[in-house]
Amino acid sequence: MDSTIIASAAINGLLLGGIYTLVACGLTLIYGVLHIINFAHGSMLMLAMFGVYYLLTLLGIDPYLSMFIMVPAMYVLGYLLYKGLIGRLSSGKDENILLVTLGLSILIENLALMFFKGDSRTILVSYSDRMIELGPTLVPLPKLISFVVAMVLCALLGLFMQRTDTGRAIRAVAKERVGARLVGIDVDRIFAISYGIGLATLGAAASLMMPIFYVSPTVGHVFALVAFTVVVLGGMGSFLGAIVGGLIIGLTESFGGLYLGESLGQIGISLIFILILLFRPSGLFGARQ
Amino acid sequence: MSTDAAKSQPAQREATARPAPRSELLPLPWKLHLTVLLIALVYPFVFPSSFMLNFGVLALFYAFIGQSWNIAGGFAGQLSFGHVAFFGVGAYAATIAQMRFGFSPWLGLPIAALAGALVGGIIGVLSFRAGLKGSYFALITLAFAEVLRIVSNSVSITGGGLGMLIPMKPGAANLQFAERSGFYFLILVLVAISIALAEWLRRSKFGAQLAAIRENEDAAKALGINVFREKVKVMLLSGAIGGVGGCFFAQYFLYIDPLIAFGVDKSVEMLLVSMIGGAGTVYGPMVGALLLALVSDGTRALTQIQGLSLVLYGALLVIIIAYLPNGLIDLFARIKARFSKGRN
Repeated sequence: MDSTIIASAAINGLLLGGIYTLVACGLTLIYGVLHIINFAHGSMLMLAMFGVYYLLTLLGIDPYLSMFIMVPAMYVLGYLLYKGLIGRLSSGKDENILLVTLGLSILIENLALMFFKGDSRTILVSYSDRMIELGPTLVPLPKLISFVVAMVLCALLGLFMQRTDTGRAIRAVAKERVGARLVGIDVDRIFAISYGIGLATLGAAASLMMPIFYVSPTVGHVFALVAFTVVVLGGMGSFLGAIVGGLIIGLTESFGGLYLGESLGQIGISLIFILILLFRPSGLFGARQ
Repeated sequence: MSTDAAKSQPAQREATARPAPRSELLPLPWKLHLTVLLIALVYPFVFPSSFMLNFGVLALFYAFIGQSWNIAGGFAGQLSFGHVAFFGVGAYAATIAQMRFGFSPWLGLPIAALAGALVGGIIGVLSFRAGLKGSYFALITLAFAEVLRIVSNSVSITGGGLGMLIPMKPGAANLQFAERSGFYFLILVLVAISIALAEWLRRSKFGAQLAAIRENEDAAKALGINVFREKVKVMLLSGAIGGVGGCFFAQYFLYIDPLIAFGVDKSVEMLLVSMIGGAGTVYGPMVGALLLALVSDGTRALTQIQGLSLVLYGALLVIIIAYLPNGLIDLFARIKARFSKGRN
């Protein structure tokens, strides 16, 4: 096959992977700290995407600027959701939490269906069709922006976890709950903060995605499975894993589409998901269980 | 049967009078089974309209595929998010056998059962060999269903994304009934078999072993239970029921496509009817299915709002897990217990 086609598939895959990374960062943070598989992740992303959509169509706020509204809004939503619902129910078995987040996602998805109807929507901004020359290929400007900003945000999140007191507290709770409580960390608050940050990354992701993707009430399904795959591939709870995993999955999707065609090409992600769970459930960078 | 019922009755009363027995270990009274069966048999004669028959068929259909989930997820505690895999494989296997190889549609039922069991067995062996449980098992079943959806969407034998249309040839020999009541009685027989299987699980050693695995896998292993083998067995059984459900669905609607056969929605519905009715109970899926059918028909009749019934169902799931982990069935049991306490 022509090398420029391969190179362009690689570039497109990497750019796509940047977005996946950001979505997966939130999921892996929630898992790493709370040991909850947040099945509502996809529907929360969908909610945030509708937020970005309406901020533009109703108030005329540029999707990238709306990040400054969506990130805090999603953080508050996550914080309250944990305090009000998930935290109260999380004492039981991990399957129960999975079912609660599943119930939440059914609820949110169908509420969205009620209010926004089933059709998919896209937005049009002045830079939607701007192409940038990148090596051998042309890429749409929004894709390039999404990649760069996603990577910067991931790095900032990593820095936050390393350098700030809250970040240290989160890491302490992730490692050793009882010990963290003994040294005076309010563990329940850290849980709520972590869930909030997990959803806040979705607010950012939604802003970056709206100029590229369409939104519909069921759009979360697609990204949820991708995000789970990224997190499992990278290792549950690992940030480095989320970045590497995100890029690998982006490439897999891009090359799958190139070699296997539109329909069968999607199979790569699910197969990787199954194979990793079967043969290396701790993922590439996860701690062995 | 009547003497049996009379004999078991005093023992039953004694059992409910004792403080909090694990009621699931006792066989359900014959009276209950007979009453339910009688109501189900009389229903099509009391409500012969095609709307009401369709309602009955769908409620029973969801009770049936819900039981498939319940046997693995409820009785054995192997939570699955991709149970639609068995349903879809059964639907496609039966339809392909009929359309491409000229098999009788009736043969489709055992073919679907075999196909469902086969896929259940394969998923079970692979995942349990790898030691996946809890949330990880739930996620991998979801991925298996997704792989099957993509494959059925891409190969030609399934008709790809266009799906397969089964030509209408009314006649009992073609598993197509001119009257809807034919479908009603067919699914009623299937549900009766699934209830009998669930009741057997309650009473049998196999069922007790599954309960032990569900409550504490390590302890079950320590007791000498071959956990891997029993879990694979339950997946075979659950897969077979799911497969038959798929065959019935394809014959009832005369159409199947990748999204119907392997979409997330049906996995979720199978889980929901079982969890909401009462996971691990014999009649849980039926209670849940009846409620699902009532809620979805009720909201459709009262409002034109799309998605409202699942909003209610999603909310119900969260509430049930929070306050009534054993499902609505448990609510009945609690009310009954309070009632009999009052009488004594």
